Amino acid sequence: MRAFQYTRADSVENAAAEAGKNTQARFLAGGTNLLDLMKEDVERPDQLIDINRLTMTEVSESGDRIRLGALVSNTETANHPLIKRHFPLLTQAILAGASQQIRNMATNGGNLNQRTRCAYFYDTAMPCNKREPGSGCGAVGGLNRMHAIFGWSPECVAVHPSDMCVALAALDATVQVVDSSGEKREIPFANYHRLPGDSPQKDNTLAPGELITSIDLKKNKMAPHSYYLKVRDRASYAFALISVAAALQLDGNKISQARVALGGVAHKPWRVNQMEEFLQGKSTDDETFVDAAALAVKSARPLERNAFKVDLARRAIVRALQKARDGGIV
Amino acid sequence: MGKYIGKEFSRVDGVAKVTGAAPYAAEFHVPGTAHAYLVMSRIAKGTITKIDTAAAEKSPGVVRVFTHKNTPKFANPEKYKSFKALQSPDIVFNAQPIAVVVAETFEEARAAANLVEATYRREDPFTDFFGRLEEAEQAPDSPFSGKSVQTTGEAEQAFSSAEVTFQAEYTIPAEHHNPMEPHAAVAYWKNGKLKIFDKSQDVYTVRGNLAAALGVPEDDVHVVSPYVGGAFGCSIRTNYYPFLTAMIARELKRPVKLVYTRRQMFTGHGYRPFTHQKIQLGAKKTGELTSIIHEAANNTSTVEKWNDSTTRFTRHVYACPNMKTIQRLVKTDLPTPCAMRAPGAVSGMFALESALDELAYQLEMDPLELRLKNYAEVDPANGKPYSTKALRECYRRGAEKFGWDKRKPLPRSMREGNKLVGYGMSTGIWYAFQQPATVKVVLKADGTAKLTSATSDIGPGTYTVMTIIAAEYLGIAPEKISFGLGDTQMPKAPVQGGSWTTASVGSAVHGAAMKLKSRLLALAQKNKESPLQGVGPDEVVLLDGKLQKRGQGSGGLSIVEILKAEGMDSMTEVHKETPSEIRNDYQLLAHGAQFVEVRVDEQLGTVRVTRAVEATACGKIMNPKTSHSQEMGGVVWGIGMALTEHTEVDDRFGRIMNPSLADYHVPCCADVQKVDTDFIEEDDRVVNPLGVKGMGELGMVGIPAAISNAVYHATGKRIRHLPMTPDKLLKA
Repeated sequence: MRAFQYTRADSVENAAAEAGKNTQARFLAGGTNLLDLMKEDVERPDQLIDINRLTMTEVSESGDRIRLGALVSNTETANHPLIKRHFPLLTQAILAGASQQIRNMATNGGNLNQRTRCAYFYDTAMPCNKREPGSGCGAVGGLNRMHAIFGWSPECVAVHPSDMCVALAALDATVQVVDSSGEKREIPFANYHRLPGDSPQKDNTLAPGELITSIDLKKNKMAPHSYYLKVRDRASYAFALISVAAALQLDGNKISQARVALGGVAHKPWRVNQMEEFLQGKSTDDETFVDAAALAVKSARPLERNAFKVDLARRAIVRALQKARDGGIV
Repeated sequence: MGKYIGKEFSRVDGVAKVTGAAPYAAEFHVPGTAHAYLVMSRIAKGTITKIDTAAAEKSPGVVRVFTHKNTPKFANPEKYKSFKALQSPDIVFNAQPIAVVVAETFEEARAAANLVEATYRREDPFTDFFGRLEEAEQAPDSPFSGKSVQTTGEAEQAFSSAEVTFQAEYTIPAEHHNPMEPHAAVAYWKNGKLKIFDKSQDVYTVRGNLAAALGVPEDDVHVVSPYVGGAFGCSIRTNYYPFLTAMIARELKRPVKLVYTRRQMFTGHGYRPFTHQKIQLGAKKTGELTSIIHEAANNTSTVEKWNDSTTRFTRHVYACPNMKTIQRLVKTDLPTPCAMRAPGAVSGMFALESALDELAYQLEMDPLELRLKNYAEVDPANGKPYSTKALRECYRRGAEKFGWDKRKPLPRSMREGNKLVGYGMSTGIWYAFQQPATVKVVLKADGTAKLTSATSDIGPGTYTVMTIIAAEYLGIAPEKISFGLGDTQMPKAPVQGGSWTTASVGSAVHGAAMKLKSRLLALAQKNKESPLQGVGPDEVVLLDGKLQKRGQGSGGLSIVEILKAEGMDSMTEVHKETPSEIRNDYQLLAHGAQFVEVRVDEQLGTVRVTRAVEATACGKIMNPKTSHSQEMGGVVWGIGMALTEHTEVDDRFGRIMNPSLADYHVPCCADVQKVDTDFIEEDDRVVNPLGVKGMGELGMVGIPAAISNAVYHATGKRIRHLPMTPDKLLKA
């Protein structure tokens, strides 16, 4: 960790304005990822703008929308009655991630902006285009068992580590942001994170200095038939090999709508739109799910050490759809 | 069961530990301490051609930057064969220390460490152990496991003529201990003498090594290590950091503290090596083994030849007339491995006990029955009788407690919901070592006793068990006893390793108490009126603060009164206990039978160990509570080895790529479900005066094989390469 200037913001405007003055600055919320990365010398901001005094600290309901304040902790979000009632998928996803202690500190805005856990990104002795553009990708020809099977580029094969974001992707959330001049805009979740392409240093589509103020969710009828499945190397406190956020709206045994996103497979939460369309109007039998899952992994491009993820993703999708069909949380 | 021995005791240091009152190495605060932070190499092999410290030296708070250019040299480098930090520009493993930045604060040192720039002449490293097994060389002999090639009978011949044969290869990746406490030292010099607080399992060896390296007499080095937050073997050898800390403190003439980060712990000490094994079994159709051939190879460094003794128990488990074991090494550009809980034993028994299981299925025989059929009544390698061996009872009791009889013989025959259920078992084995140990006991006229011995307590409960033993044999309540350890100003004890501490130091406590009893009796008998006149030392006991006739139950003379009558404030005994000669006439081993149940989600490739039963025979049980914890810890370690733990090296760079607790997966609470332990006590009069055997390592020895065997039973898939992660289950 290198020396940095610490600034405490007392309002959203003030925080955004401060960030506008210094493109090297980072907002500090829970710090569960940023401070780790600073200790590893991966992140080297010369200024931290502490936003913990800002008032984006509530989960609120307004008509058919539910707003998650950017500074609400992951724990509070997961356990909030509104979330448990309307979006149990989100509760499950959050609780599948990290540990209780980390979730207590981590914020919703921070969860979106956490960086990849790729070992090459974390180790400054290794090449990594995300950390140091132009230095090469250590993982593409290296230890890439945990890495992407969709949407990667030769420059970067890292995956986004969040569980929460996989559920948010499936739930068609929107991200509310404000820039340094006070200008607000809304980013559909599918457009928030990006694929690496030739600029993997950019994880998302936030402009420099933009601050997340909330994540908004529109109520749906899928709560009774949603399920978050996470497959990992140990029973808890491990990043996903594969995760699946599945939500179904059923009309009897017919699927009127399906939304499915995958985690642990790409540089962003991976929504499988083609599969969702395939499922629409179909019946909820296992064969349908098997066919759908095959469709979902059709475009997968595994790396040397992660071919198992294609098979595992297919199996996990089937299981998640079955669980969602059978009533989600059991 | 004694008055105290055999009863459940909570840890005497428990409150101090959970309230933070127990100081660990990095928590000793010496005024004026400077903070040292390591800078690590970014290549695995080569030479530093240039190291630029100018920017770091100018960084705020920096006191000095040490590299191989300005770090003092070892006084007697030939005396210490292990890796020595900052002694040359040569790089022999990746993330090797190349500089130490010392600053006024930890944060300043860490910030400046990022500014040290090294330039290297780089060579291609070799770390792909499994890729070059053909280059394996014969391992050196081991002080504990003997010659690297050992034979009984004619194993090859017996194998080729066997009615039934089985052979397979098994691999284990490198694993790291990952104790919670990071390694640390705080060192300072006063009047030419060194005091160093270190995380160590062996303060005397640290003292000897530091004294030699620093060119000072051993008496001028004082090593202190009262609490160790887990070690499991990684603080047995003297790691490189205490040398550095002491040298730097002497150069700077001020106290220096150095603490490893978690990342630095992965190359700051050894690890369980990469291991490849081949097992060949020959048997009769009825199950009797006729041949066991066990070949093992482990990786070592280019600096030293580490023999992990993988085959150490193979010739001592089953009554087989023809056996051969071979131990080989492959040099790699990695740090030197070291002992890690049940070194060699758990690796070797993973292969042997997996192979036995495979043979059992081949013979269509119950795996437990196969083991009973080959039960060794005397040691098969040397014909010696066992001092005690209650393994048969362990099998019986373990099987009963587990419900082994409910096992359906065929793989894939047991299910619950969408999970496949599997049962697996294995034999566990470890030594009943004893080493010379000395203890000092001060019996005070206020009715208390103070004991000291420079052993360690890395977690097994040494403070507690020594207190129990002292209470039992000194006849003083445990609350009135204090036991001190981890200090070279205390009498010498062996390293805490090999599961020998209770046998060694505990026996010394017992021996000291016996001597004190005799001396108290002699004092009492000075009084011609004494009721103890004419009674021999064996006819009296110390009980409830009194010296009384054995079996009397009441009466006797108060210890306090005996001392006071002589005008003594205290009575001191320093006693050295050495292993008895009679031990040589026996094979001395501890045993266990370990049973596990797994549930496998075959669709997703996940394995959960839902139940484990350990039946253990390791002599007398001193404290059932901490003994349970020891064996439970063994199960947890076995689960980690079987399912999750794996140090990953990118062979292109020779670099460990998962040096964190997020990426190196030790089991978490959710990975550990029901664990039952049971002890079959043995009345062993041979091993040592207390009748105790090794326990700490024993508990994990059979677990990885038992889990692998259970996974096979559940799925019909045999995974011979640990850890059994979901990808391997799906691929199998």
